[in-house]
Amino acid sequence: MDIDRRQFILLAGKALVLTPAAAVVLARLAAGQAAEAPGYEMARHWWAMAIDIEKCIGCGNCVRACKAENDVPREPAYFRTWVERYHVPVDDPEHPLVDSPDGGFDGFPARRTADGQAKDFFVPKLCNHCAQSPCVQVCPVGATFDSPDGVVLVDKTRCLGCRYCVQACPYGCRFIDPRTRVVDKCTLCYHRITRGETTACCETCPTGARRLGDLKDPRDPIHDWLRTNMVQVLKPQMATHAKVYYANLDGAVR
Amino acid sequence: MESLLRGVVGFIYPNELELQWSVLIVLYPFLTGLVAGAFILASLERVFNVEAVRPTYRLALLTALAFLLVAPLPLQLHLGHPERSLEMYFTPHRSSAMAMFGFVYLWYLMVVLVVEIWLDYRRDIVLQARASTGARRFLYRAMALWSDNISPRALAIDAKVGRFVTVLGIPSAFLLHGYVGFIFGSVKANPWWSTPLMPVVFLFSAIVSGIALVMLIYMAGCGLRGRPVDMPCVDTIARYLFYAFLIDFSLEMLDLIHRVYEADESFKTLDFMVHTKLFASQIVLQIFVGTLVPLGLLALIQLTRLTELARRTIYVLAGCLTMLGILAMRWNVVIGGQLFSKSFLGYTTYKMGFATREGLLMALAVMVLPLLILWGLVRLLPPWDAGAGADDTGNGGHGAAATRRPPS
Amino acid sequence: MVRRFRDTGHLLRLAGLFALGGGLFAIASLFMVPDGFGRYGHYRPGALADNRAPAPRYADTASCAGCHDDIVAARQGSRHVQVRCQACHGPLAAHAADPAADTPARPDAATLCLNCHRQLAARPAAFPQIEPVDHAGGESCLSCHNPHHPEPEGS
Repeated sequence: MDIDRRQFILLAGKALVLTPAAAVVLARLAAGQAAEAPGYEMARHWWAMAIDIEKCIGCGNCVRACKAENDVPREPAYFRTWVERYHVPVDDPEHPLVDSPDGGFDGFPARRTADGQAKDFFVPKLCNHCAQSPCVQVCPVGATFDSPDGVVLVDKTRCLGCRYCVQACPYGCRFIDPRTRVVDKCTLCYHRITRGETTACCETCPTGARRLGDLKDPRDPIHDWLRTNMVQVLKPQMATHAKVYYANLDGAVR
Repeated sequence: MESLLRGVVGFIYPNELELQWSVLIVLYPFLTGLVAGAFILASLERVFNVEAVRPTYRLALLTALAFLLVAPLPLQLHLGHPERSLEMYFTPHRSSAMAMFGFVYLWYLMVVLVVEIWLDYRRDIVLQARASTGARRFLYRAMALWSDNISPRALAIDAKVGRFVTVLGIPSAFLLHGYVGFIFGSVKANPWWSTPLMPVVFLFSAIVSGIALVMLIYMAGCGLRGRPVDMPCVDTIARYLFYAFLIDFSLEMLDLIHRVYEADESFKTLDFMVHTKLFASQIVLQIFVGTLVPLGLLALIQLTRLTELARRTIYVLAGCLTMLGILAMRWNVVIGGQLFSKSFLGYTTYKMGFATREGLLMALAVMVLPLLILWGLVRLLPPWDAGAGADDTGNGGHGAAATRRPPS
Repeated sequence: MVRRFRDTGHLLRLAGLFALGGGLFAIASLFMVPDGFGRYGHYRPGALADNRAPAPRYADTASCAGCHDDIVAARQGSRHVQVRCQACHGPLAAHAADPAADTPARPDAATLCLNCHRQLAARPAAFPQIEPVDHAGGESCLSCHNPHHPEPEGS
């Protein structure tokens, strides 16, 4: 009799549990799908960026524009994009002198000792929107992800602030916003490019050193640019399949 | 922020100024390591039948439980949004080692530790329930799941199931702490962390620290109760500590030799860091004081014959230095991995707060709390006396001991 | 059957407890997992909309010509034609939306011009750059140069 009562209780319990569960599942299946942006089809785009080192003059417009456009904290530890200045001694290329004062926000101080024994140039950096990004791989809850159009984005309502993705990024492009305590990084101005505009940094670059590109658009000048320039990505050995391409990048760049 | 900027040497990527993982993240692998190590010591007796360490069996389990209960606390204090941490249970990202945490932790806590402790203590719990009144009686009856069955056959079944759970628990303990090593070891962006040896090194240092902890707590417990220390027991524990330490030391030396020999692009920057910023914590504290000295002391005992008092003194000293050394190892891995820039051109500094959410005071509180919980558990489920009508050793034995040994 | 399960009642209660926990977890998942999660990948699809939502602060380049076509014409033939308006004038989306309500301040020539044109070793050699004291002896850039067409008269 003990067994029969036990069996009955187990069966009844299962039924009680499964019926409302089934009801909820059916309701969700019937619910509407989230609408995509009108006039913008994600599947028709694959975003990238083209940066020409020989054109960058280190004016810092991009850094200022990005912070203004995206409400990035002003302190010198939080950058969605920044500019580095390299001084590569010709006789010691493995030990460049690099600086990035406040990320290049106020430009760069003059280098008084201009000697003929070194190369000097600027390198703008940002999130590389890797096609196989280690940051997406390590996020425990799916709060960072690659969009179908190739942009690595953050879901700020789900981020725990565990900082694992910051550790996993080889390029140092992520940071924790001290005000919201969730992760933040370059979004390739997703709110602009989905409206047909270019990114804030490209909009304000005076020399065209930074240019947004759409690899799925056959008329985009990036295809010719990739064909006619010697092009690299940062840290190719990490095999992140970065989509920010640098033309005329020196081997000393880290 | 000004002081952080002043502490920068060379060039760092601008976003690398502030460290991401604080001293609390140093403590988390330390605590789970103690859990895994204490459990391995307990399983020595239960699965491998090393009878000599039986007096520490129950104590080791309770220690593991106390530390496991506290383990999520440093993580919750560290998270930007701890209220969202349940997301790891409902939408775990299967490619992330960190997502495994919730399930591994829950599995280990409930299925391994709680079930094993429950099965081992069940007889004593039921006896306590019978002998108590009021709220205490309710507590013990609830702990027994309102079962009153401690017939010899029920206890025999408990012993069998308990042994099965312990066998299951060994790989589970490896997983509980090994995955932490994998969290670090799988980050290709960080050359200080990225090595396949990381989970193994973490695991063996965990075993070392856990064994040392239980040994120290057992000796302290004997001292507090005014009972003599069971010397064959601690001699055996110390021997296993020595063996585990030898393996751990060999693994760490292997990693070091490999790095020095291969001298890849990260080597110079890491080497400089070890000799400057990590000199005190790595060379002095972890390697010398925390590994070579205790190894030497334990080797001394293996090679010479010393008096009981000398051995006990050495065990306490070696145990404390071991714990310090393993804590230093966690510090060197976690903090060390964030002090150098991924550009390999510079370094930043770690400014540990004092009374902040992730500061020194909080770290000390997190380290002391498990001991307080252990004290409570020892009161609730005494690991020394086996309860009313039990065997006569005065030291902890199995709850099912009555069925395994002939009554005196 | 009854005999085999005798003396295991406590274990069955434990199993029942775990089953109950599992059931509660399964039910909770239905509420805790966001709508549509996993449709495009391991994330909440609403996050795409969240990232699209903010209003741009920099205007679309073409919108300046609507009112300022005289400036646009003046810039033709100058090397500054490739420098978009907001590179010097800052974010203008608010101004473009309601010109009267938001008139941006005229940028200060001294700081702005030198931002790009001060001599720096790291700037490409072919890029026009000057040391202000040597070039103009302290005079304002605007004395000789029109920012919208900076080439001197006749060239």
